[in-house]
Amino acid sequence: MKARTIRRHIKESLRNLGRNGWMTFASVSAVTVTLMLVGVFFVIMMNLNKVATDIEEDVRIRVHVDIAATEEDQQALKSKIQQIADVDTVEYSSKEAELDNLIASLGEEGEAFKLFEQDNPLYDVFIVKTKEPEQLEKVAKQIEKFEFASKVKYGQDDVNKLFSFIKTSRNVGLILIVGLLFTAMFLISNTIKITIVARRREIEIMRLVGATNSFIRWPFFMEGIMIGILGSVIPIVLISTLYTYSYDYISAKLEGHFIQLLEMNPFMYQVAGLLILLGAFIGIWGSLMSVRKFLKI
Amino acid sequence: MIEMEDVYKKYPNGVVAANGINVSIKQGEFVYVVGPSGAGKSTFIKMMYREEKPSKGAIMIDGVNLAKLKESKVPIFRRNLGVVFQDFKLLPKLTVYENVAFALEVIEEGPKYIKKRVMEVLDLVGLKHKSRMLPTELSGGEQQRVSIARSIVNSPKVMIADEPTGNLDPETSWEIMRIFEEINTRGTTIVMATHNREIVNTIRHRVIAIENGQIIRDEQRGDYGYES
Repeated sequence: MKARTIRRHIKESLRNLGRNGWMTFASVSAVTVTLMLVGVFFVIMMNLNKVATDIEEDVRIRVHVDIAATEEDQQALKSKIQQIADVDTVEYSSKEAELDNLIASLGEEGEAFKLFEQDNPLYDVFIVKTKEPEQLEKVAKQIEKFEFASKVKYGQDDVNKLFSFIKTSRNVGLILIVGLLFTAMFLISNTIKITIVARRREIEIMRLVGATNSFIRWPFFMEGIMIGILGSVIPIVLISTLYTYSYDYISAKLEGHFIQLLEMNPFMYQVAGLLILLGAFIGIWGSLMSVRKFLKI
Repeated sequence: MIEMEDVYKKYPNGVVAANGINVSIKQGEFVYVVGPSGAGKSTFIKMMYREEKPSKGAIMIDGVNLAKLKESKVPIFRRNLGVVFQDFKLLPKLTVYENVAFALEVIEEGPKYIKKRVMEVLDLVGLKHKSRMLPTELSGGEQQRVSIARSIVNSPKVMIADEPTGNLDPETSWEIMRIFEEINTRGTTIVMATHNREIVNTIRHRVIAIENGQIIRDEQRGDYGYES
């Protein structure tokens, strides 16, 4: 296509958008609302996934050592655990250290637990990390059989619950989004239908004097893309602003934890890219749907 | 130039608008197509610029078989064809110049050529001095001249006219006919459907009469043949 022709198509599509101002506004708004919801949902989903992965990767087995165990028994237990093939590291945490952790994690109310320093009811603990999170359950079952391993706990259930929660919310969200996408496409295709009806005579003449179908189609195609991309501007600005604030706020709370939100860069660029692409896609699809019917191509 | 062989056309609603039409029109001929309303004249004309496709038979125009022409090739075919209508089909928001230039722009001609060629054809139809006016500022005859200018701007070999004088008063009609004659003497084949008895009987050319989807009369320098 010649540069002159591209310029003509762009001019033409801008003129049509202006001429049908209210319909254009309605379509752009529909895309804006859709992309806003898609974007927010996407940001939340991706972060939940990130959190779930962080948690999953940090899952450890806590092996409570029987109080009857002597120092040698403890050493024997440790080396037995270390010999399991899938075990990565084994750390020892004395019951005194455990109590300190508990007091620290409870903050001011933890002071009350200081009473227990005289008569510590907690266990000495081995903290076992596996090489892969999936081996957790298998390794835990093996350790249970060892002598002096009185209680074996691991957070697999919590992780599973978290994952199934994420999965359910993802499915519900997807259905919602697909519905919204179709609404937006429908509105765009209606807008373009109206611009086509308004230009029916022009199209008829174009066909008579030998304009190819693709030549006739291009301006409508560009209209769709413009509506889609215009519709993605507000969601991108709003979401990246909101995310900046939420990120700062939540990151401060999570300070020192192994859980982290996704970094602004490159995550926000990815979100922006996704929204622009999605907007353009909705626009193209909407315009193709309406043009096809009208040009009997 | 134009050959029709056993052309049938049946519309989805069951109407048979062409029932075995055979006709041959040579390069440079001027042909009137006459007949009562609803006799198949319009279909005959529409099949020539491939607005309608024959159900059966072959239509050859300048070596192209319209019955087999792919939909995607129709625009290219139409670039060698000029079409003029009763209602002019001009774009009201464009000037006279822009209306004519439009036909060259959509086939992506260069701006220099467009300028030169549009002024040429506007001169031919005698509207060079009104090139900046809008169609609504012109009389019916002038509007039809603009649409004729647009139809010949591609230098087509064949011109199809569907009742070009149908909306015009007698005097203006003669003006339009003078332009058609001029275009015809330059070698363009013209096929013109008309109800204008006086024109057919005065400017004598070949007459094809269509009734019930069939050619019932085809004579050189014929007359209109119907009571108007």
